Amino acid sequence: MNVQANKWIGQRTIRPDGADKVTGRAAYAADTTMPGMIWGKILRSPHPHACIRSIDTSKAEALPGVKAVMTARDLVDFPIDKSVMLGIQDMRWMCRNVMAREKALFAGHPVAAVAATSEAIASEALKLIEVEYEVLPWVIDVEEAMKPDAPILHDHIQFEGKPSNIAGKLEHKLGDVEAGFAAAEVVVERSFRTKPVHQGYIEPHACLVSVLPDGKTTIWSSSQGQFMVRAMCAHLTGLPQNDIRAIQAEIGGGFGGKTIIYLEPVALVLARKSGRPVKMAMTREEVFRASGPTSGSYSTVRIGATRDGRILAAKGTFYLQAGALPGSPIRGAAGCAFAPYDIPNVHSLGFDVVSNRSKVAAYRAPGAPIGAYAVECVLDELAEALKMDPLQLRLKNAARQGTKAAHGPTYPRIGFEETIQAALEHPHYRAPLGPNQGRGVASGFWFNAGGESSAQVNITEDGNVVVTTGHPDIGGSRASTANITAELLGIDYRKVSVLIGDTSTIGFSNLTGGSRVTYASAMVVTQSTEKVIRTLCERAAKIWKIDPDAVVWEDGEARPAGDNAGQFPPLTLAQIAARASETGGPIGAGVQLNTTGAEGGFATHICDVEVDPELGTVRVLRYTSFQDVGRAIHPSYVEGQMQGGVAQGIGWALSEEYIYDKQGRVDNPSFLDYRMPVCSDLPMLDTVIIEVPNPKHPQGVRGVGEVPLVPPLAAVANAIHDALGHRFYSLPMSPPKVLAVLEPADA
Amino acid sequence: MTDIRYLAPRTLDEAVGAFAAARGAARILAGGTDLLVQMRAGAVRPGLIVDIKRIAEMTSIEETADGGFRIGAAVSGAVLGEHPRFGQVWPGVLEAVNLIGSTQVQGRASPGGNLCNASPAGDSVPAMIAADAVVTVQGPDGRRQMPVAAVPAGPGRTNLAPGEILVSFTLPPRPRGAGDAYLRMIPRTEMDIAVVGCGVNLTLRDGTCTAARVGLGAVAPTVLLVGEAGKALVGSRLDAAAIEAAAAACRAACRPIDDKRGTIAYRTRIAGVLLKRTVGIAADRAGRA
Repeated sequence: MNVQANKWIGQRTIRPDGADKVTGRAAYAADTTMPGMIWGKILRSPHPHACIRSIDTSKAEALPGVKAVMTARDLVDFPIDKSVMLGIQDMRWMCRNVMAREKALFAGHPVAAVAATSEAIASEALKLIEVEYEVLPWVIDVEEAMKPDAPILHDHIQFEGKPSNIAGKLEHKLGDVEAGFAAAEVVVERSFRTKPVHQGYIEPHACLVSVLPDGKTTIWSSSQGQFMVRAMCAHLTGLPQNDIRAIQAEIGGGFGGKTIIYLEPVALVLARKSGRPVKMAMTREEVFRASGPTSGSYSTVRIGATRDGRILAAKGTFYLQAGALPGSPIRGAAGCAFAPYDIPNVHSLGFDVVSNRSKVAAYRAPGAPIGAYAVECVLDELAEALKMDPLQLRLKNAARQGTKAAHGPTYPRIGFEETIQAALEHPHYRAPLGPNQGRGVASGFWFNAGGESSAQVNITEDGNVVVTTGHPDIGGSRASTANITAELLGIDYRKVSVLIGDTSTIGFSNLTGGSRVTYASAMVVTQSTEKVIRTLCERAAKIWKIDPDAVVWEDGEARPAGDNAGQFPPLTLAQIAARASETGGPIGAGVQLNTTGAEGGFATHICDVEVDPELGTVRVLRYTSFQDVGRAIHPSYVEGQMQGGVAQGIGWALSEEYIYDKQGRVDNPSFLDYRMPVCSDLPMLDTVIIEVPNPKHPQGVRGVGEVPLVPPLAAVANAIHDALGHRFYSLPMSPPKVLAVLEPADA
Repeated sequence: MTDIRYLAPRTLDEAVGAFAAARGAARILAGGTDLLVQMRAGAVRPGLIVDIKRIAEMTSIEETADGGFRIGAAVSGAVLGEHPRFGQVWPGVLEAVNLIGSTQVQGRASPGGNLCNASPAGDSVPAMIAADAVVTVQGPDGRRQMPVAAVPAGPGRTNLAPGEILVSFTLPPRPRGAGDAYLRMIPRTEMDIAVVGCGVNLTLRDGTCTAARVGLGAVAPTVLLVGEAGKALVGSRLDAAAIEAAAAACRAACRPIDDKRGTIAYRTRIAGVLLKRTVGIAADRAGRA
C-alpha cells in the first residue's frame, strides 16, 4: 500500500473539519448548552501549601440561586498509600488534583465548588465559603525542593529512607559508563536549567454534564480522550462506565494538556446533587494557575568521545519538577535524551520531584525536550572541542538499524541518518550569515506509541462510506483516515465521512497522545476496510453466482477474475450497496486492536538567529526541520505538526516561563505576560519530510506530532552561541538574560 | 450582581453632568479596550458607564488654522491612521497611537483612553509628551487645559478632578525641519506591552538641533518628560557625544521597578538605547542631511 503512486495517501485533501472551523460553527465544549442548565465554579486555594482544617459551605448553600455545593468529600476517596493506576495516571493523585483533600498543595488548588443559576451568583457564592487554612512553608523551585530543609509536601513519600520531595526515580543503563569515560579522550560535562512552560492551547478546559435521576450521565467535554474522561469520572464518582456517555466536543488544542480531567467530575457531582445540567469553563487565569504545565528542570549531562569523534560514554541526570503530585515525565527525559545515538555506555537517571505548583500534565513529547536540550547542547560543545562539524559528529554516532538503545529496544529500520544527511545537503546549512547572526543544529527522538483503537467502517445504502473512530482529532486524524479509506476502496475521498464516536457508540479507544492516533487508527481502519472489501467481493460473487475467490476489488469496483475475467460487467460500490439487503444485509465492519510496532521518530533541525546586541533580543531568521515520518498520509498536516512543535520549542527557548510572586502564586497567568511567540515573531518554518517507511505498519506510518518539539531548545541555544560566542545554560534566553551577558552590569 | 447603567449622551454637558453626579461610581467608555477588560477581570464594577462616542467633539480630528491639530479623545487609532495629513505631520505620534493593541483593537482604542488608563507603559503617552501636546478637560466647573505630562498621577491614577472628562488633544503647529518618532522595547514583536517606550520630537535648522523633547515610558510610576535629555540635544548637531549625553540623561531619569516584564537594570539600560535609536529616526524625518 505504501507506494508513491497512491491516489489519496499523500494527498493534501480538504480537511473534513475545515468548513466548520472557518465559519465558526465548530462546536467546542463551551458552545454546548441545555435547557435548565446552571453554572459551576471552583473555589481555589490562595495558599501554595496549607492544611485544610475545615470548610463551611452553609452560607453559600443558603444564597438564593445556588443549587449545589461540593467538596472533596463528594468524590470517591483513594487512600494516599495505595496506587490505583489508570493508564499513566494514578487515581490517588488525580482525585487530589481535582479537589484538595488533606492539604492545598498549590495556589489555585480547588477546595470546593458551587453550581448556581448564573455565573455571577456562583462567583458570589464562592466568596461565602469559609475555609480554615493552616498555612505551611512552601517550595516551588526543583532544586530548592530537594534541599535537606525543604518543606515536605507528602509525609508518606520517602527517598533513601527519609521523607523527601523526590517521589520517584527511573534509571537506564547500558554497558559500563565509567569504563567508557576512562577511555574517552575528550569529555564535556555541563548543567542546564529550564523553566516550567504551559502547553498554551487556545481553548480553555470546559464541559457540560447532565445526570438523570436514574444516574444516566452525559458529558460533553473538550479532551484528548472521551474514554479517559469516562473512566476517570467513573473512578471518582463511583458510577459504572455504562452509565456514563462521554461525548467528544471539537477540541481547540491540547498538546498533551487535555489527557487528564479537571472539571468533568466536579460538574458531574454538582449535576447529580442539583438535578440540573451543569456547565463549567475555566478562565485563562485558571488554565495557567491550575492546569497542567510541563516540568521545570535541572539536568547534568556528561559525554566522552575519542579524538576522532566516536562517543564512548554518556551520563545524564535529570531532575524534573512534578508539581504538587508525583508524575513528572522522567521517562521522556531520561529515555529519549541519548536515544538518537549509538553509544556503547550510557547511564541515564530521572528524578520526579514534587513542589508547590500545579501538577504537570503531558506536553508534546513529555520530558524529551528537557533531556535533548542538555544532550544536544553538550554535543555542540563536544563538536567545537573536537573541531568537528556538529552534524558530522551526529552522523558519525547516529543510531541505525540494529543499534541497542539504553532505554531498551534494538532499533529496526529507522530514518535518523537520513534526517542528518538531508540537513547536511540542504542549502540552508550553507547559506551565508550576517553580523550578529548564528546557526545551530540539534536532533531529537520520541518513542511514539500504539495502543488500543477501535474503528467501524459502514457502507451507506447509496454507496458512500462512514468511518467512525474513537479518537479526538487534534492533528488531522480525520483527514488521514479518509485518505486511507478512499485509497483502499479505490473511491473518491469525498465519498468518505469520518466521525469521532462517543463512548457509547464506538469501542474503547485509548486517548489521543503519544503520536499514536494516525498510526493506530490507520491499522484498525485498514483492517476494517479490508473486511468490507471482502464482503463487497462476496456480494458481487453472489450476484454473479461465482466463487467469491474469483472476484477482485479494483478501482472502486468488483471485477470477476481468473477464468471469469470479463464474463460480467464490474459492479461499483453504489451498485453493490443498492443490492445489499437482497445479498445478505447491511455492509460494514469494525476492528478493535491493541496496536504495537510504533517505532520511534527522529528529527534534525537547523536554526538561524540574529541577536540585537543592544537590546538582548533574539529573532529566529530561518528554521528548517528534517523529520522521518515513515509515510506522510496527509502532508499538510504533517508539516503543520512539524511547524507547530518548532513554534512551541522556540517559545520555550526564548520567552516562555512561569513567574511566581513572593506569595508563591503565578504572577503571569495570561497570554500577555506568559510570552508565547506570536505569528510575527517567527519566520516561515520550513519543513523537509523524509519517508523511511515503518516496516511494522500497513502504510509505513511513524508518529509525527511530538518529535518536532524535541530539538528546538538546543537548536536555538546553539545558534545563539554561534552568533555571540557565549553559551547559555538556562532557559528562557530572554532579553534581560542575553543583555546581561553582552554588557555586564559593572561595565 | 448590581445592574450597570449605560448612557450615550450627545453633548459634553450631558456627559459631564451624569459623570459628575455619579460621584466616582461612573466610568467613561471610549473604545473600551481597557475598561471592558478590567470589568471582566472584576477589577472595576462601575454603576454607570458614560459612552462618549456620540459626542462629535470627542470623535473628530481638526487641522487648525495655525497648522496644529485637535484630536478628539475618543478618536480610534485606526481613524487617526486614515487621516490624510496627520501622519505626515506627526509620524511619531501616529506610530505610537497605532501601537496600542492589535489591529482589531486599533478599531476601538483611542489616545484619550490610553492616557486616562494611566499605565506607565501606555504607548501613545511618551510620543504625546514629546510632541508637547496639551489636553482640554471639561468638568462641572468648566473647561481647562493641561499638558499631557501633567495628566498621569501614578499607575492607574490621573490628575483629573472629580467629574472631569478628557475632551481632546491639541498638538502645536510644526516648524520647518521638525521630526518625531516613537520606539518601544517589547520581548515579542506584537501583542505586548512596552518594557520601555521612548518618544522624541526635535527640530533641526541647518543641521543644528534647535528644539528637542523626550518622553520616556515604563521606567517610572508615570510617563516622564526627560528635560535633561532634550537639553543635551539642543544646540548640538546630534553628534555622538550629544546623543550619548541625552541617553545618559534618560538612564538617570529612570526610576523603574523589577517586575515580570523587566528588571531595573534592563529597563535603565534600554532607555538609553531607545533614545539613541529614536533620535536617529526623528532626525531623519526632520531632514537631517
